[in-house]
Amino acid sequence: MQVTLKVQRLNPETNSIPYWQEYTIEAEPTDRVLDGLIKIKGEQDGTLTFRSSCAHGICGSDAMRINGQNRLACKVLFKDIGSNVTVEPITGLPVVKDLVVDMEPFMEHYRSVLPFFINDDPIPTQERLQSQADRARFDDTTKCILCACCTTSCPSFWANGEYVGPAAIVQAHRFIFDSRDQGTDQRLDILSDPEGVWRCRTIFNCTNACPREIEVTKAIGEVKKAMLYRKI
Amino acid sequence: MKIHRHDVVIVGGGGAGLMAALYAGKEVDTAVISKLYPTRSHTGAAQGGIGAALGNLENDSWEWHAFDTVKGSDYLADQDAVETMCKEAVDVVFELEHMGLPFDRTPEGKISQRRFGGHTNNETKQPVLRACNAADRTGHMILQTLYQQCIKHNVNFFDEFQMVDLIMEGAECRGVVAYEIAGGEIHVFHAKAVMLAIGGWGPVWNITSNAHTLTGDGAAVTLRHGLPLQDMEFFQFHPTGLAKLGILITEAVRGEGGVLINGKGERFMPKYAPTVKELASRDVVSRAIYLEVRAGNGVDGKDYVHLDITPPVVNKFFKEDDSRTPNGELRHIDAEFVQTKLEDITDFCKTYVGVDPTIQPIPVQPTAHYAMGGIPTDIDTRVYASENNEVAAGLYAAGECACVSVHGGNRLGTNSLLDIVVFGRRGGKTMAQDVKGKDFAPIDAEKAAAAVVTRFEALRNSAGTESVSAIKEEMQLLMTDKVSVFREKAGIAAAVKQLRDLKRRYRNIKIEDKGKLFNTDLLEAWQLGNLLDLALVTAESALARQESRGAHAREDFKKRDDQNWLKHTLAYKDDEDHVTLKYKPVTITGYQPKERVY
Repeated sequence: MQVTLKVQRLNPETNSIPYWQEYTIEAEPTDRVLDGLIKIKGEQDGTLTFRSSCAHGICGSDAMRINGQNRLACKVLFKDIGSNVTVEPITGLPVVKDLVVDMEPFMEHYRSVLPFFINDDPIPTQERLQSQADRARFDDTTKCILCACCTTSCPSFWANGEYVGPAAIVQAHRFIFDSRDQGTDQRLDILSDPEGVWRCRTIFNCTNACPREIEVTKAIGEVKKAMLYRKI
Repeated sequence: MKIHRHDVVIVGGGGAGLMAALYAGKEVDTAVISKLYPTRSHTGAAQGGIGAALGNLENDSWEWHAFDTVKGSDYLADQDAVETMCKEAVDVVFELEHMGLPFDRTPEGKISQRRFGGHTNNETKQPVLRACNAADRTGHMILQTLYQQCIKHNVNFFDEFQMVDLIMEGAECRGVVAYEIAGGEIHVFHAKAVMLAIGGWGPVWNITSNAHTLTGDGAAVTLRHGLPLQDMEFFQFHPTGLAKLGILITEAVRGEGGVLINGKGERFMPKYAPTVKELASRDVVSRAIYLEVRAGNGVDGKDYVHLDITPPVVNKFFKEDDSRTPNGELRHIDAEFVQTKLEDITDFCKTYVGVDPTIQPIPVQPTAHYAMGGIPTDIDTRVYASENNEVAAGLYAAGECACVSVHGGNRLGTNSLLDIVVFGRRGGKTMAQDVKGKDFAPIDAEKAAAAVVTRFEALRNSAGTESVSAIKEEMQLLMTDKVSVFREKAGIAAAVKQLRDLKRRYRNIKIEDKGKLFNTDLLEAWQLGNLLDLALVTAESALARQESRGAHAREDFKKRDDQNWLKHTLAYKDDEDHVTLKYKPVTITGYQPKERVY
């Protein structure tokens, strides 16, 4: 099939404002949008710039706004979105070049929620035991790949980049609801900040955007509830 | 140019690099340079499990694991290294759990374990529950957990820095030259110890489970500094890549009962491996699929077969095989089990080929997956500079890019995740120990940077006509055609010749992006040069080895030849692309080579 990709471009070395460029390619219906971008780069325009790595939705490199929705370019097939495709960088993070954004502000929010296991008890000789039910409690949020699709689809984040954002809350949830972890109070204190969990207005964009199908809004709701009752 | 100084510099932010950083970072000033954000590393793509004889569900021992690994390697692995890895496996898996890794759990709350190819109870010869797992995203969990720990312990990261050269003084490594991708600036990292943990180079072939970014940069750079690469002819083709795409469909599908079915509707693995069938080692299963396709038994006459995990089919074969759980009950699965234990691959199948694995078989074909060969090291990750095991001071390597050798001619599933954490940990400790009390050896940073700048500016300003993507595609098709699951003399020789032609054309390459900022056009061109060098030494090493062993299956030398070839290949390459091959003996502790049947 013939596909037209309209791509938002910006090279700060040569332009001060973004512009649109259209490319037409021959593609298989089962090709990914990422395949299309690679084809353009290889055959038509070597300057087109984007990140990619695993190409099957587990590394999180190629988050983009595709036909107005945050998606991983490697998880969207042309057969599912048709032959006129618009591709823009994700919103709310500074553009470095074309589809590449500066991930640092996002990573800073991630680091702020203590996204690591805290347990100061003496280390046992074997594994810590955990029931299957306790393990299931935080399973959904272990799937996060830090692609930023959720955070950069969130109007609250667009309005205020200081808001920690859904991805960071998902990361906090993964530990708060892990029966082995002891850092809940610290994390809930951090997230009760004005730029914390209460900036979420339950818009559900994050849930729709997540390529890992994490129920992001639900996880945020559980964190809010834990904060109200200080009980998980 | 900017200059940085750290006692230890680790190149690569996957499992091996992060584990090494955690351990080195506890004692000395440590930095990690990674061309990707570390969580993008390909460790995250590993699915099925990490092997360790915990014995949580049934009797197991590290000695069995070691024997299975040696047998899986077709006796090319160094047995002292294998014993080290399998013995430390138990402890390192507990350590990951202590770091918070969310393993799946047994009913008693212990780490869950599943069956995997080549892992057996050495007494009954039947598959054993050894692969510690977190659904089918075990690698993701390991990568996330290690990165989280690095955040906790304030490891220095230089994200999206492309390593482009090593600073070598004779055979001693004193630092790294890196290219900051975002700004295009050159950075010199002065170090007392440098570890390469850069992963593999699957994109040498066109059907691969590997990320686009796995281009073997560090391995190619060592080659250019006159260091050898070991056992490069041994590259693993995973039997079950998603047809055409190569996306990995974990061996855990077969571990949980999945069967391989040809175009005639026959389950064919019993013909090739009567005892463990689908759970034979990967080289055996990949060859079986190739032979089925060659015999005209591909699905619809095409070059793929079916991997069937639909519960009715699986349960039928459980009954036929009388396959039982450790409690003696007949095994049984249902759709919910598939969806929860194989969640990611269910998603991949639905997304990319429109197949729901709970009701339809998955189309699969072998996919270039893993480099058994690589930078030769000792069991403490110190790099060997020659076939005589002289050490390249200051240089270390771990993970897929290294060749210890624990995988020999063929790696068992789950042993790659094990390799990265065991040898990452050993490497981190070793580097910390080696740099203590040692001064920074002098370097000429200006000169080191200037050499890189000259090369990169020449590349950036090249007025050539050849396309990077076209040369890459030709290399990939050539290697898939001639140096793949099966190979023979005439084909490999033709590949060597054509690779030299491609390398000549590569000198006349075209770069369209002349800018400084985030110039992936330039970097991909440089990376293609690395892939071409690795393809060339792979083909030359394969041409010389006149036997079939592990993943190296020669149609013109069908048998393993321990008399002449029970030895490691070491390939050196000079500036004119002449490849020189030397050899060194395999370390055998107790497992004498014998015929390999599954």
